[in-house]
Formats: sequence, C-alpha cells, structure tokens
Amino acid sequence: MQTYYSDLLVIGAGLSGERVACEAAQNGFKATCLSIVPARRSHSSAAQGGMQAALGNCAKGEGDNTDVHFIDTVKGSDWGCDQEVARLFADAAPIEMRRLAHWGVPWNRVVPGQSFYFKGGEKFEKYEKEENEGLITARSFGGTAKWRTCYTSDGTGHAVMCTMDNRCAELGIDVFDKKEAISLIHDGDKCMGAVVRCLRTGQLEVFLAKATAICTGGFGRIYKATTNAVICDGGGHIIAHETGVVPIGNPESIQFHPTGIVPTDILVTEGCRGDGGTLLDVNEERFMHIYEPEKAELASRDVVSRRMTEHMRAGKGVKSPYGEHLWLDIRHLGDKHISTKLREVDEICHHFLGVDPRVELIPVRPTQHYTMAGIRTNKDGAVYGLKGLYSAGEAACWDMHGFNRLGGNSLAETVVAGGIIGAKVVEFLKGYETTFDTKAINAEVKRQEERIHDVIHGRNGKLNVYQVRNEMQEALMKGCFVFRNKEGLEECVSTLQGTMEKARKVGLVSDGVGANHELAAALKLEGQVRLAMCIAHAALMRTESRGSHNREDFPERNDAEWLNRTLAYWPEGADMPELKYEDTTPLFELPPGDRGYGGGKIIPADEKYVKERTVKSPVTEIGKKK
Amino acid sequence: MGRQLKFEIFRYNPEKKGDVPHMQEYILDETPNMTLFIALNRLREEQDPSLIFDFCCRAGICGACAMVINGRPGLACQTKTKDQPGHIILHPLPVFKLVGDLSVDTGVWFRDMYAKTESWVHTKKVFDPAKEEERMDNSVAEQIYELERCIECGCCIAACGTARLRDDFMGAAALNRIARFVVDPRDERTDEQYFEVIGNDNGIFGCMGLLACEDVCPKGLPLQNQLGFLRRKMGITAMKQIFRKK
Repeated sequence: MQTYYSDLLVIGAGLSGERVACEAAQNGFKATCLSIVPARRSHSSAAQGGMQAALGNCAKGEGDNTDVHFIDTVKGSDWGCDQEVARLFADAAPIEMRRLAHWGVPWNRVVPGQSFYFKGGEKFEKYEKEENEGLITARSFGGTAKWRTCYTSDGTGHAVMCTMDNRCAELGIDVFDKKEAISLIHDGDKCMGAVVRCLRTGQLEVFLAKATAICTGGFGRIYKATTNAVICDGGGHIIAHETGVVPIGNPESIQFHPTGIVPTDILVTEGCRGDGGTLLDVNEERFMHIYEPEKAELASRDVVSRRMTEHMRAGKGVKSPYGEHLWLDIRHLGDKHISTKLREVDEICHHFLGVDPRVELIPVRPTQHYTMAGIRTNKDGAVYGLKGLYSAGEAACWDMHGFNRLGGNSLAETVVAGGIIGAKVVEFLKGYETTFDTKAINAEVKRQEERIHDVIHGRNGKLNVYQVRNEMQEALMKGCFVFRNKEGLEECVSTLQGTMEKARKVGLVSDGVGANHELAAALKLEGQVRLAMCIAHAALMRTESRGSHNREDFPERNDAEWLNRTLAYWPEGADMPELKYEDTTPLFELPPGDRGYGGGKIIPADEKYVKERTVKSPVTEIGKKK
Repeated sequence: MGRQLKFEIFRYNPEKKGDVPHMQEYILDETPNMTLFIALNRLREEQDPSLIFDFCCRAGICGACAMVINGRPGLACQTKTKDQPGHIILHPLPVFKLVGDLSVDTGVWFRDMYAKTESWVHTKKVFDPAKEEERMDNSVAEQIYELERCIECGCCIAACGTARLRDDFMGAAALNRIARFVVDPRDERTDEQYFEVIGNDNGIFGCMGLLACEDVCPKGLPLQNQLGFLRRKMGITAMKQIFRKK
C-alpha cells in the first residue's frame, strides 16, 4: 500500500485548501493537497462576482470600514453567525486582498474621473478621486451598504485561483489531482490522515499527516437543481460525519441563488443585478420593487429567491418545457459593459442558451447555490470532536454566514479563513509530535477494501446507483427547497429513510475497474443520503424562519427560542441524525435586530440573555442608525 | 428535434486486463438544447456505467471536458448536439497520457508546465500587511486578465502540429503563461531570464506558426498575437546576446 506522509494533509485544492497549505509551507511545514480534479478546475474558479473587503478606495465605497462590513455580514446572517468569527473575517479581509495583489491577482483598479452606473434600471453618475487612482477598486453587490466587492472583470474566482495555485507551485507544495479521500483514519481521539482512492487506477493509498484539513467546498449536488459543479457532492462532509464524533453545523442552512439559467442551472452572477440588471415576469414587467421597495433587485439572495418563487406562485411565471421561470434583463446595460464587465455572462448566454443578452431576455429561476451548512469548527477552524482535524471555506461551518451568505463574502471567506485557519494550523504544528497507530490504519484500509469489493460484486444488493441518487435529489427538491413546511419536510424525511435503505443495497452494473465513476458514486451515496436527512430533519425541527430557512408554517424569526445553531451528529449504527444545539455566538457586538429587508416579524430574544452577552463596540451605535 | 443520434466513442481502459482500444457505438434520442454534457451523462447513467469521461463545472469555465469532437478539440459541455451531424465521433485529446476512454491526464502535464515556466510572480519585494497596495493602471490589470483567462483545457496542445510531433514542446498554453508574466509589471524577470526558459525550440522557436491553437481555443485567447509578440521579443533578445558576446 502506497503511503505518503506530510505535516499537513489538505483534502481539497480550491482557494481555501491551497491558502491553508500556503500558510503551512510559508512557515516551513510540508503540506500536501489532494483534489478530485486539477486544482484550477476547483469550483472556486466558477465564482464570477468578487470578494468583499472594506478597502474603501472607490467613490461608492467612501466611508466604508471593517465595522460596516462586519454589520452587513451579521445582518446578512440574520444573526445566525458567530460574531467573533465575523469580526476576525471583516478585519482581515482588506489585508488579504492586498496580499493577493502582491502575489499576482490582477484586481481591477480605480480609474479617476466621471463614469456611469445603473441601479434599478436607472442611470446614475459617479466621480472617482484622482488620489485613489490605481488602488484596488470595488463593485456593488447585493445586500451591502457600501461598494466593497473587489473583482477582476467577471472571473474573479478564476483569477484568484490561478494566483493561488501559482503560489503553491512556487512554494513546492505537492498538489495531487485525481485523488479522492474516501475515509478518515482516526482513533476516536485524533485524526491521522485519510484512505484515498486514486482516480486514475482505482487503487487505494494512505496519506498520513500530523494535521488534516478538509476544504472540499459545498454539497449542492445532492440537490437536483444546483449551480454547483459536478464534484461538489459532499465527499469531505461525508468522511468527517462518518467518524460518528464530528457534527455538521446548521445542515438546514442552504442558500438558493435567484438566477440559475434554465435548464442547466448554470449561475448568472449577482453582478448583473449589482451593475443594474432587472428581473421581469411573464408580462415583462419588474416586480421586485413592489415586494422590496428599498433594495428591490439588490436585496439579499434568500429574499430575492423567495420573492421570485412567491411571484411565480401568484401565476406570473413564464411557462416552459423545463418548468416555470422568470426573466433577467441586462439589455439596457449596453454592448460595451456586457462585453467587458459581464463577458462571462455573455458567453454563458451564447453557449448554453443561444441568446444574445444585448437584445434578448435571459430565462432564470432560483436554484440551490451555497452551503452555509458545514463541518462544525471553532473560531480557529478546529473541527469539533477530533484533534488534529481542521476545516475551512464552504466545507466548514466556522460560522461566518449563519443563515444567509452575502454575495462576495463566500469568495472572500475562502482566502481570509484560509489564512486565519492556516495560521492556527501552523501554531498547532509548531513543536507537535505524534504517533501513528498502524492497527487503526490497517483496520480502516481493510474496511474500505471490503466495502469496495462488496459494491463491485453486488454483495449488498443490486440496486442502481444512479437511480437511488436521483431519488435523494428529487426528495430534497420537493420537500426541502426555498419554502418549507411541516408536511413537506415530514414526507421528505420519510422518503429519505427509504432511500437510505436502498443506498445500502446498491451494486455496480459495470466492473468497477480503474477510473470507474459508478464506483466513486456508489461509495458516497449512503453518506449523501445521511446529509440529506440531516438537512430535512433539522429543517423540520427548526420551527422558525431565519435567513434562507423559510417555514411557511412558522414565518416569524424566533429569537426567544431559536437564537441557536444546530449540530447534527450521526452516531455509529444510528438510523436518524441526533440533533444538539448551541448558542449562535458567545458574544454580541451587534445585538439581534432587523435586517431591514425580507419582511417578517421577529419574536425578540430574552433581554437578559442578550444583555449578558453584549460587548461594547462602535458597531452598536452604527448598527442602530441603519 | 426528433433526431436519433449515433455516438461513436473511443473506449480503452488501461487498468482492465486484456482490454484493447476500440470504438463503441451508442444511440440516443436528441432533446432540446442538448449538449454533450447531457448526452454523455445520460449514456453513462442509462446505458453504460463503465464509460470514463471528465466533467466538472459543466459551464465552460474549468476546462475539464476537452475532447476531440468529430475531429476537432473542444469543450464537450458547451458543444450543442444541434450544431453537430447526427453521427458524433468522440476521441480523447492526443498528446496527453490516457487515463481511460475520453479522460486524459492534463493535471500532471500542467503542473510540469508551472515548474518549467516558473509560473508565479518573481519579486524580491516582501509583503507588508501594514502598507497600502502597490498601485497599478487599470488597463494593465485588464491586459493581464486577458491572458489569465486560460482554463488549461489542453485544446491548444492537442491541436498543435509541433506538440503532436514532439513531447517536449511547451505549446501555446505555456507560452501564453509566460506572456502573462511578461506584461505583469510585478514580475521582475528580465527578457534574458524569459529567454532561458522559452528561447529555444522547446519554446517559442519550436512554433511552426500553424496556429491551430488560435482556431480551437474555447476562450478565444489572443494566442496568435501572444506567440508573435514573444517570438519578436525573444528574437531581439537573442540578437542582443549575440552582439554582447562580440
């Protein structure tokens, strides 16, 4: 058995994974990254819009600072986030953007003088100061008070991913692609590494390390309609959850993006609306300004997704063979703007729809998009339950986003959390020595070999992998999407229980030899169904509405009973997840209040509870004014 | 629509004992807005789960699904079947090592390229977290981004006349990478340093000027321009070196 050893093993080579690895390597530690695909193909590269950071360089960002960014993030989370984490993030973000500029990211810069921008279909003027010429500039992104989303045209994720991977090459970090971690090696106390399946040969390998970091992104592919890449299917969450001692934080916290194109659900960036695009219904009329007078199309994603769904339910959707949808209109932004600032959008319309957005409307509908849920860690990125295990980025519930993530904050999180948590990994590794229990390693390898053998030879049954997976995906779409209610969720949980039984009985149709995809899918299936059950069950138990979690039967935000975070454990041998709850945050810099968008009533928290945890902060006064 | 599509797909699994490279046929009913992403996944899920191919983003931005489609390298995910004849022949990209069927190993090839070209900003400056960022002209940033748009799909390498002849030719993707650093003011390498890497016939002087790379690049990168730009620059550098030696 081929065995590799390093100080740090990072599972995932997207922005977060590589940023953590860079931090370790810069401090003299040996870091190895594993990825299912070549690093630059990671889903980080798909992010179009940009990264939020309170640099305050551009005209519309004047007066911005980390306090304002912090407030936007906490409000955005609908007070579900850990405020210590949100503060760490907001304070570090501007410096991280400058570091990335130093490493090579070609950020767009301030161009002095007069220019125009659109908001809600109307044209406005702005004037960029000469003294800021050449500094990193920013664009408007839904939900923020000031313009602070740093960008490179509309391919920010891609550009930053290139620079990050270049940096890994410079630092001599081993980045192995076509490697899939299929289980963690642990002794119930500490994590020692992972059993990995090579996706070229199908052979198993062992990767041992003093510290392991799971940075595998989101798990959108357990839904039928998602903007996510094919590889975002929960592999990292599954192996952590399977240990029986690691919880998934807020599994019910899933973000739906308002504009996925129909039928492929490819994402069209929020930047279209940020730059002035509008949403139209079957009558080609705007409607967002009626539901949300102040923010209209620029309200946060959960609000826009909800209003779009509401409007379609009211009969104003466009009918099509792929289901109902609405229209995104960017015609008025003009040829020059579309060709430069929204070029990727132009290409998407051309390649996948045969539509010219300069003269035609783009068919869009809400789609699963981001996983606020994740492997629960503390503010250092250390995973609950196992020593020597970390997680960063979308895969983690750090918990920066609570119940809704702002556009531009996720991309920023990858590198900022990567840096902060990377530094904590370095602290952990300094002077740390350990032993590797060969009994535990061999037992785990044997377990995986047997599992693979059984599935290839149909020892557990011969149910079709793809059909069972499809059943899970459909159940979530039906019962646990933008709007949720008791009956739908109960039915969803019940269906998924049946699906889980089936997942245990799948057998391959093909021979499973070599780079076999059917086997890769089969090995993840039961873990995916468990994740799905956690989402549905946690959503059923949370009898309130907060951020993206919307209960038609419990429309109020209930701070009195639900100012907490769900922790979903799956003890060994169990058939249902075990839910525990913890406080959302140890302290309040910004006490619970109203987001200012999305509507809905709030049942206030116990005054004493809030007062005991409120700390002095300039934010308290700024927050009250908004 | 209503067409019945005939797929002829290259099959070979190097891990399977006794397997021999061969073409295999599949029939599939065409549906509206069908792409090869939709078609190949349907073939695998409904007809033959042993099929090996790579899709990742399925949105034309990650470069995973490059393959030879009716004789021409391209991204499968953004190839609409309605733009193809009813008989669709699929091969893996040449030049790259075969993993199986339509999947090739671009990952290792490109990591080698990063090492050869030293694909990172070379600078003696140390980052100071307390300082403001170094300013840059926005048009320069956009110029760099133009060349950074490469998704490393491998189409340019697969289509290249020289790369088909010689394993050691860097190819358009590598030369474009160098060009990206040449236009980046933060990279402190001199023309002589770039010359050491690409000023030979594994590099820019190996280019025969057939420019199939420009024809097939799915991102429409200005490869012809960049190859011309580098050739001139490296040519001048070579001349300077000759005259300096005298």
